[in-house]
Amino acid sequence: MGLKQFWHKLGSPRWFYEISRGWIIGFGVAAFVLLSVGVVWSLGFAPQDYQQGNSVRIMYVHVPAAMVAQSVYIGMGVAGLVLFVWRMKLADIAIGACLPFGIFVTALALFTGGVWGKPTWGTWWEWDGRTVSTLVLLFLYIGIYALREAIVDIELRGRASALVAMVGTINIPIIKYSVDWWSTLHQPASFTLTKKPSMPPEMWLPLLVMALGVYCFAGHNILSRMRIEVVNRERGTQWVRNLQV
Amino acid sequence: MQFDSFADFIDMGGHGLYVWLAYGTAFVAFAASYFSVRQAAARQREALRWQANASNSQERP
Repeated sequence: MGLKQFWHKLGSPRWFYEISRGWIIGFGVAAFVLLSVGVVWSLGFAPQDYQQGNSVRIMYVHVPAAMVAQSVYIGMGVAGLVLFVWRMKLADIAIGACLPFGIFVTALALFTGGVWGKPTWGTWWEWDGRTVSTLVLLFLYIGIYALREAIVDIELRGRASALVAMVGTINIPIIKYSVDWWSTLHQPASFTLTKKPSMPPEMWLPLLVMALGVYCFAGHNILSRMRIEVVNRERGTQWVRNLQV
Repeated sequence: MQFDSFADFIDMGGHGLYVWLAYGTAFVAFAASYFSVRQAAARQREALRWQANASNSQERP
């Protein structure tokens, strides 16, 4: 299928409903396998840190949660752009579907950061560049959620939330570079695409497994919510009436 | 395996509270996230079934 054709089909809720079933099952199974392996690996088999001891195991939850929190937001920003430019209904549905998981995973990143900070830095919370910009990310998610709850008109709701989602993506590079701009407590990135990881494979391999697991979980969760909303909005149509439920 | 005994594993070298708090919260949050979607899907199936029954009974008075 050509790209242009794919783009047109994406605009069709019915096509999404049909195709998403396989993706949801795939992501769900992958998430379950990856997270099961990742949890056992990171809790029982990954080595201790020579300075942090066993508290380093919190990294395997904290880092994937923080990565996915930002990625989901970027996805929402892209959906906002698509909605703004092409008025694709599915993009509006995607924004709505990203919000519950986005809120939860950002809150989890902040919470596990505090729990890791206590034994490592000696404090649950520090007004450090990265923690504050991640808190702003949480407020952006909650703000868009509140906005969508407050506006009844579906067209206006979509455009308003798309605008905030797009503008809010400015925060993503701020989170990324915060550790370089304001060098306080948070450590700089251990993972980059260009450099070798600053930790041994016994540590970054389980971290990679956990990160992929959380990404697949996010895929499962967001696509499931989109599918529910697609059916919800198309309830009056013949194809939804013909569904065998 | 990094630990000699189960007690060792729970204790995490004195960091047990933090490690288990982080993993426990993550588990609860992921489970809640999964089940809330499942519940929403189940509720929708119920509503669609109800809608289908209602329109069927209209067609055959």
